[in-house]
Amino acid sequence: MSVEKRDLICIGCPVGCNLTVTLESGSVMKVEGNTCPKGDTYARKEVTNPTRIVTSTVEVVGGSRPFISVKTKNDIPKEKIFECMEEIKKVKVTSPVHIGDVIIENVAGTGISIVSTKNA
Amino acid sequence: MENYDIVVIGGGPAGLAAAASAKENGCERILILERDNELGGILNQCIHNGFGLHTFKEELTGPEYADRFIKKVTELGIEYRLHTMVMDISEDKVVTAMNRERGLFTILAKAVILAMGCRERPRGALNIPGYRPAGIFSAGTAQRLINIEGYMPGKEVVILGSGDIGLIMARRMTLEGARVKVVAELLPFSGGLKRNIVQCLDDYNIPLKLRHTVVDIDGKERLKGVTLAQVGEDGKPIKETEEYIPCDTLLLSVGLIPENELSNACKIKMEPVTSGPLVNESLETSISGIFACGNVLHVHDLVDYVSEEAALAGKNAVKYISAMETDPSDTEKKQAEPIQLVATEGVRYTVPAVINLNKMEDSLIVRFRVGNVFQDSYISVYYDEERVMHRKKKIMAPGEMEEIKLQRDKLIQFKNLRTITVKIERE
Repeated sequence: MSVEKRDLICIGCPVGCNLTVTLESGSVMKVEGNTCPKGDTYARKEVTNPTRIVTSTVEVVGGSRPFISVKTKNDIPKEKIFECMEEIKKVKVTSPVHIGDVIIENVAGTGISIVSTKNA
Repeated sequence: MENYDIVVIGGGPAGLAAAASAKENGCERILILERDNELGGILNQCIHNGFGLHTFKEELTGPEYADRFIKKVTELGIEYRLHTMVMDISEDKVVTAMNRERGLFTILAKAVILAMGCRERPRGALNIPGYRPAGIFSAGTAQRLINIEGYMPGKEVVILGSGDIGLIMARRMTLEGARVKVVAELLPFSGGLKRNIVQCLDDYNIPLKLRHTVVDIDGKERLKGVTLAQVGEDGKPIKETEEYIPCDTLLLSVGLIPENELSNACKIKMEPVTSGPLVNESLETSISGIFACGNVLHVHDLVDYVSEEAALAGKNAVKYISAMETDPSDTEKKQAEPIQLVATEGVRYTVPAVINLNKMEDSLIVRFRVGNVFQDSYISVYYDEERVMHRKKKIMAPGEMEEIKLQRDKLIQFKNLRTITVKIERE
């Protein structure tokens, strides 16, 4: 059986713990170096299916500002980031928009929606 | 002249939290003065996530974090004026400001809270030789252009300096279709948070070149390219390592400086290392009744700590006012000599710099930054000559603020305590 160790830096919060993940034949045996449960979750995901929150802006018509900021409601697979951005770039919304309003449903087939993070 | 109990200068995260806290602590007449067209300050353009983990136990974007505090301030019925530029604060707390509706106006405040935030170090502070073509932006300017105004500053990008805004912008411009060729950092370590190196550079295969700087700028009308060189141990560029990189945009992310014009105008005593006012345990400056918090005091890396600090400033401003009103001579009374905080051996500064035991709360958080990267070292605290704290840290870096907590009863127990020294020790 092949044992592999991978060093990661946790992105769960700004502390940025140095994590060591021990993998045996591709499955996670142990996570070390984390100071909270977030680190454990992050490390397990990062070596199997890395995900990220994506944030961007969307043009708004008739609002108090030309653009609103948006984000993926939850993290999406890393390899879907650019596909997600393509969909965000095609969208325009009309005022009023509120924080939390769904802008795009099921972005890039991830099952995750794009929501507004700004009122306009 | 108008009268207010507390005037808060700036409606960003520090100003909002300070005002909310002052109101919650019983102050009625509070006014926030904000020069932009909305409250929220720089958070409005920080559309990325990662804010509020500490305060709200969830990961918010900048605008969402700001909204939580804007809602609070609105619900508390705190007055604010937008598009309002403060021109001057006098030592007797007369605030001179102007806006379109009122013209120039003055307000007499019982207490003033400085919450003006910071600004970016500009190109002029760096002495980069070469022409001054279009295409050179501070990272924060580029952030505003893209996220608020909707313009892309360029397509082929080099970033000088690895501060957090530069790292965030490397990712943002990449997502918007630009090619970020390299991030160059003069120092042997990044000034940004580790998580940002991972999720903004590593995720997109953007190289970070440490000990590198821009030595020449090419282009007359628009930027055509920059010459990058490695710097030696002496800090000087090494000629043989020069490399020309074609680009149309250069972003500078080379540090933040507290915005000090108003603090200087009223002759507040400044701390040369932070470039912010020198404050005591109450976050009160050298002028009694003028308090400072957030990035105008010292540049933070986490907004959560700005809010926490600002709330303390708001509370202390209220305490100051009620002390003044019960016994105006009280503040004039000779107080016991304050305890001096000494930052040395790897510690660049501490906020606060002095502690008056009679005004100190039961516990006090002292924040500081280290001047270098330290591995497996200790944060040590000495009461006079005696070491009272020795805490091991796996890693400490200048980009990440550290803190220690002092307990009032412990300080009282230590007879005639004069100085508290904070330093980094190898063992």
